[in-house]
Amino acid sequence: MATDIQEAGKAVAEVGEAAEKAGMPQLDFSTFPNQIFWLVVTLVVIYLILSRVALPRIGAILAERQGTITNDLAAAEELKAKAVEAEKAYEKALADARAEAQRIAAQTRAEIQAELNEAIARADAEIAAKAAESEKAIAEIRASALESIEAVATETAAEIVSVLGGKPDGIAKAVAERMKG
Amino acid sequence: MASDAQAVEQMAEEGGLVFHPMEQFEIKPLFGGTEIAWYTPTNATLWMGVAILAIIGLLILGTSKRSIIPSRLQSVAELAYGFIYKMVEDICGKEGVKYFPYVMTLFMFIVTANFLGLLPLAFTTTSHIAVTAVMAMLVFLSVTVLGFVLHGASFLGLFWISSAPLALRPILALIEVISYFVRPISHSIRLAGNMMAGHAVIKVFAAFAAIELLSPVPILAITAIYALEVLVAFIQAYVFTILTCVYLKDALHPNH
Repeated sequence: MATDIQEAGKAVAEVGEAAEKAGMPQLDFSTFPNQIFWLVVTLVVIYLILSRVALPRIGAILAERQGTITNDLAAAEELKAKAVEAEKAYEKALADARAEAQRIAAQTRAEIQAELNEAIARADAEIAAKAAESEKAIAEIRASALESIEAVATETAAEIVSVLGGKPDGIAKAVAERMKG
Repeated sequence: MASDAQAVEQMAEEGGLVFHPMEQFEIKPLFGGTEIAWYTPTNATLWMGVAILAIIGLLILGTSKRSIIPSRLQSVAELAYGFIYKMVEDICGKEGVKYFPYVMTLFMFIVTANFLGLLPLAFTTTSHIAVTAVMAMLVFLSVTVLGFVLHGASFLGLFWISSAPLALRPILALIEVISYFVRPISHSIRLAGNMMAGHAVIKVFAAFAAIELLSPVPILAITAIYALEVLVAFIQAYVFTILTCVYLKDALHPNH
């Protein structure tokens, strides 16, 4: 192929010399075979470099990065789900604790109420007993007082009668009658 | 026309100005002599070699660490890969992906050569029609052969537009055939012409910069054009590659 190019180049070299004098090196056909040869060499070398080394490598890097990103996203999604789950568990624990606390409070309140009721009942009973006792004592005191009054009244009346010069007979009867009235 | 140009050049030289905008495109043997045989190492050879080294540096040394979190150089290599891969996939479809290394070869060579050509004193290999024409013919021939190998005679359906009215079809077919054969010409001249024009304009302004009074203006102009040329260097490589993909798509799916 190279010799073909060379021959073609020689054929156009004469035309090219005229063009060279016109000032356009681009139209100097005598340099064409040379440029074409080196261009083909360059393109082949670049193609080999790209297809053998560079492109597979860059493709692999990009694929690997894509994979990493996908994995990271999946991991993030998983962690997010876990976080949501943890939050749910926390809230549930919180609600349970609150319910438990309420239950305990209610129970305690009920116990205290029961104790209180019992104590009140006991106190009421004691108070009733004491009141009954007191009433009895008062009644006794009143009875004894009445007796004492009768005795004092009889005595006093007998004294008064004797001082006045009378006989103290029947005084006790009269006093007792009076006391009844 | 040639004598006109020489006359202008002579007049300019007498006035203290030296215009040699095309000198930078001359092909010279690297190791002396004037004879340029097909195998002679020339400045074109040198800069093609530099392009190969630059590509190795970017795509192989740049990615040698294979890091999941890429370094800057590796990012650029990955961007280039992704850019062309996506282009091939988008335009040619899944079937086109196996031609990706060929397209990538063309793109990497053109884009590297274009940017290397912007270095001062560098030689721009892609400014030569010989280089771009070979690549364009390579694309044209391989796409045509591929079309016939894959689809046989039905590849000619590319020229027979069945959605057009029947009376118009022969005329359209003629236009399609002509435009098909013009493809390699426009494909190659677009790239070489763009590269050559930009570099020549910079050189012309550089000659004006020799006039002391005026020098800030041409230097500013060179700066501006240089910025434009950086853009053009990439865009032309992109255009060449995307057209290659479009032609390849025609070979893969001639009936769309």
